[in-house]
Amino acid sequence: MPEIRSSGNGSGRAPRRVGVYVCHCGTNIAGTVDVRSVAEYAATLPGVAVSREYKYMCSDPGQALIQQDIRDNNLECIVVASCSPLLHEPTFRRVLARSGINAFLLQMVNVREHVSWVHLDKKAATEKAKDLVRAAVRRVSLHKPLQKRRVPINPNVLVVGGGIAGIHAALTLADAGKQVYLVEREPTIGGHMAMFDKTFPTLDCAACILTPKMTAAGSHKNIRLWTYSEVAQVEGYVGNYKVKVRHKPRYVIDDLCIGCQECIAACVYKEGKTADEFNLGLSKRKPVYLPFPQAVPQKVVIDPEACIEFKSGKCKKTCVEACGERKAIDFHQKETMEEIEVGTIVLATGFRTFDAARNPYYGYGKYGNVYTSLEVERLINASGPTNGEIVLRDGSRPKAVGIIHCVGSRDANTNRWCSKVCCMYSLKLAHLIKERTGAEVYNFYIDMRTPGKGYEEFYDRLLDEGVHFIRGRVAEVSDWAIHPSEEGRLVIRAEDTLAGFVRRVPVDMVILSVGLEPQADAQEVRRMFNISCATEGWFLERHPKLAPVSTFTEGVYIAGACQGPKDIPDCVAQAGAAAAEALALIDAQFVELEPYTAYVLEEECSGCKSCLTACPYQAISFQHEKKKAVINEVLCKGCGTCVAGCPSGCIQQNFFEDQEIFEEIEGVLADA
Amino acid sequence: MKYAYYPGCSLKGTGRAYEESLLAMFRALDIELEEIRDWNCCGATTYMSVDELICYALAARNLALAAREHLDIIAPCAACYLVLNKTQRYIRDYPKIKLVVERALGQIGLTYSEAVRVRHPLEVLLNDVGLRAITERALRPLKGLKVAPYYGCQIVRPYATFDDQHNPTSMDRVLAACGAKIVHYPLKTRCCGGSQKGTLPEIGLDLIRYLLSEAKKNGAEVIATVCPLCQFNLECFQRECGNGQPISMPILYFSQLVAWAMGAPARTIGIQRGLVPVESLLAEREIAYA
Amino acid sequence: MELRRTVKFEADRDPEFVRWISQTVGGEKIRHCLQCGLCSGTCPLSLYMDYTPRRLMLLSREGFKEEVLGSASIWLCTSCYACMVECPKEINITHVMYALKERAIAEGRYPKRFAIPVMAEQFSRMVRREGRITESWLILKVFLRTAIWRLLGMSSLGWKLFRTGRMGLGKERIAARKDIAVLLDSVATTRKELAL
Repeated sequence: MPEIRSSGNGSGRAPRRVGVYVCHCGTNIAGTVDVRSVAEYAATLPGVAVSREYKYMCSDPGQALIQQDIRDNNLECIVVASCSPLLHEPTFRRVLARSGINAFLLQMVNVREHVSWVHLDKKAATEKAKDLVRAAVRRVSLHKPLQKRRVPINPNVLVVGGGIAGIHAALTLADAGKQVYLVEREPTIGGHMAMFDKTFPTLDCAACILTPKMTAAGSHKNIRLWTYSEVAQVEGYVGNYKVKVRHKPRYVIDDLCIGCQECIAACVYKEGKTADEFNLGLSKRKPVYLPFPQAVPQKVVIDPEACIEFKSGKCKKTCVEACGERKAIDFHQKETMEEIEVGTIVLATGFRTFDAARNPYYGYGKYGNVYTSLEVERLINASGPTNGEIVLRDGSRPKAVGIIHCVGSRDANTNRWCSKVCCMYSLKLAHLIKERTGAEVYNFYIDMRTPGKGYEEFYDRLLDEGVHFIRGRVAEVSDWAIHPSEEGRLVIRAEDTLAGFVRRVPVDMVILSVGLEPQADAQEVRRMFNISCATEGWFLERHPKLAPVSTFTEGVYIAGACQGPKDIPDCVAQAGAAAAEALALIDAQFVELEPYTAYVLEEECSGCKSCLTACPYQAISFQHEKKKAVINEVLCKGCGTCVAGCPSGCIQQNFFEDQEIFEEIEGVLADA
Repeated sequence: MKYAYYPGCSLKGTGRAYEESLLAMFRALDIELEEIRDWNCCGATTYMSVDELICYALAARNLALAAREHLDIIAPCAACYLVLNKTQRYIRDYPKIKLVVERALGQIGLTYSEAVRVRHPLEVLLNDVGLRAITERALRPLKGLKVAPYYGCQIVRPYATFDDQHNPTSMDRVLAACGAKIVHYPLKTRCCGGSQKGTLPEIGLDLIRYLLSEAKKNGAEVIATVCPLCQFNLECFQRECGNGQPISMPILYFSQLVAWAMGAPARTIGIQRGLVPVESLLAEREIAYA
Repeated sequence: MELRRTVKFEADRDPEFVRWISQTVGGEKIRHCLQCGLCSGTCPLSLYMDYTPRRLMLLSREGFKEEVLGSASIWLCTSCYACMVECPKEINITHVMYALKERAIAEGRYPKRFAIPVMAEQFSRMVRREGRITESWLILKVFLRTAIWRLLGMSSLGWKLFRTGRMGLGKERIAARKDIAVLLDSVATTRKELAL
């Protein structure tokens, strides 16, 4: 049995004057723990000058009570037995600070989540609470006064991803006067929104509302727009990030190209032979190309995989000729790396669409006239592969079109989640197709999800237009015909669950409303920026309700569809929120870091380097001249791994010193 | 190469041609098949409707018998293939089933072993023999015979053990390697109705009719099958399916086509057991009908 | 014009049925069904069913035992597994159908001379006795007990099959017949013990 020391601490000196406060938290704690008896018990402990119970310690009168006691009783440190420190440790620290005591001379005891909320036996729970309070009283006497550390913030911001979210975040920050680097890996900004024809529910032309923002981003004095570029490496910590950006070669000199496109017209290829990525392979482009007419920047790109000059070196180079005096084409251009320093980062890397080939019973890839929704957006778009004509592969107009909802969503076999936007865009496509072609349109849905502003009204409008709505998840799309009217067409087979029988609907064109997924390289990207992904692969926010745009890595924010499927208004809202939070950080000019950091006792360090690899935050480096480990206080998150792992025992941690922990253990076991 | 062979009840009766052609086919490929001694009925889908637990025990007896020989089992009948596979999975996943089965087997001196692999002849052809070896041995190729490959349900659902669940191509590839031309057949995995033709005749006939007419529409000269019940259904009711337009479509087991391509005499692969004459089709290809 | 009042009270639900269904092998996820209708859409027999598979799942999990066990659907199912493969909630629909079939047979809920339960019974008897099935004898026994007149219609087919050697009257039987009986008895005993 351990020796019970009557003085209450192992340091040999007299214990400090402690104030103990036990909270009822209404009935949350008091319903299970006998709060009064805990407070009475605490009063008997060595060093305790004041011991009280109160209904709600965190309330203003509760806090005032502590302040009053500190004044009247010369209290030196405080123990609060209440809820989890996650909730109110800052509150009570502020109380101490206001009373002129160092904020870290406080120890919280969790008698709610650790006691009243997990135990049913009231007697045992009360005893446990008493043990924990006793331990805290012994520990708090040893607390050292600590200071939060301040680190300056670099006001520059990096925005990764040039879709609508990235553009909006960049513009907001740039308007606030900050220098923004907007990095986009495609040759132009615009993202997925640039591919749409119209946007729901207003049916605004996507390009019309997007391009003003794109040109603003391209010409803003505070935005350095780097397209066809990718982030290669990120180092540093909040306020002080060093980022390496890779610029891929366009083979066109940025400053000289004016986007006249003479080179494209003059190219030796009379017709494009390479699948056009922007049109999802529905048309072909030449080796020198502009992704789409409103591209920002208006600069052409040369594709080295397709260009003859790269493959054989023997091209006539009519493009160079056409460029003439400007001499903007440079076949010898190389990839370059550039390093920048920023204080905060906003990730707006977007989504990708579900690969419809993963649902073979819908016939994508098997039957030519089965399209994905994004492909149909390109067909409908006037600058798309068919100049806005909605036609089948053979050029004829469809007389009947089937739109299948939930492809790759709400399905244990592919993706379990609901992709949020597909019901609305399916309605939009239904409307546009009906308007442009007069075809019969059938929407096959499971639930109609129209929660946004004006969305349900949009659904009403569609109902009015005579689009057929069949509630039933489609079982298959096939060219097998039973009825004569089905010959030569694609047949959609589904149970009309509301009517209660199976229906076969022959159509000419099938549109698969594909769901949204995280980008293919989401894991690599998140590792590079040191954030997390949730189980499904979306970037993880700090709190699903209360902190949707910040991450667990300070200074890195997420915005838009990379955080989860959402529509354009929500992307813009999140982008604004991320920009605001970044601005809050930047305008505070410095960030305060918790002092729970580890530190090395230099004299005792043997230079074994075990701590370097143990640190999950790469916060420890090795000083070669002195042959000692050094911990970067700013990067250190206080996880304690190095403290526990150091073979010499020479790493200590603020607020978790060995003596403090031993006292706490002895306090808990004292009655055992 | 040697395998244990589990024929199943149908291959001794209506599916005799399947057994004959299967053995001939593997013989031509120098593969030995040893019939499991004293095998019992696996229970098929019928027993599952009455009593699943008993079905697992019956099937497990065969697995235990084969385990003693340390050989992989080839189970050509689609229903048997599914039941044996399903039994292995359910014994693995549900401890209660495992307990019942192990106890029952113990009573008759047998032990259950997880190590036995249940394999389908198509998969053995693809993986153990290889398409190239098949083409090399196809000394009497099928010369563009138009075949609709009909897989039915049980070898692709619910477990896609060796082929794609929605668009299987194992049989397509094997037959193509023998020179056949595979036609587009969207109903290749649609249920033929199983025993419904016997129990609910009108409905059973409907299902069969779709399969036959779609094959004909796509230009098939022959439908190739993997299941004795499918073969029976497709072959025996063609007159009733007529609808004015008589259908006369030979329904052959894929093993008959492969064995034929390897030069096996027709009588040894059960060609004469079919009810729809196929001699003229073969003769058209200037192949002597022996 | 026949008018019928249809309203279902909570008292019409059978809680034992609900419990039983969720405990069957495969019925564990039945509460997740969102009634999307994919199973009915893909089922080749749903065209003929009074209650499509989707409706049957709902009725089963809500405990409307009369409708479920009295439906034709459970007999129409050929266990082709098409529904199970596609179900977005991974519900083992085919197995639920098997369980319902078993229960209906056990409770005698089927029309007189209905071929499917008769077939199931004759099949299991033959396996117990001989260890294997002889198709010709099985078909004979089933038709004799259900629809004798259809035998005449099948006679020309029967003759062709006999002629081509595919249907004989010799019985398939195994040597270890006693083992089969022991095996089946053991299953019955263990099942009682474990209350399965």
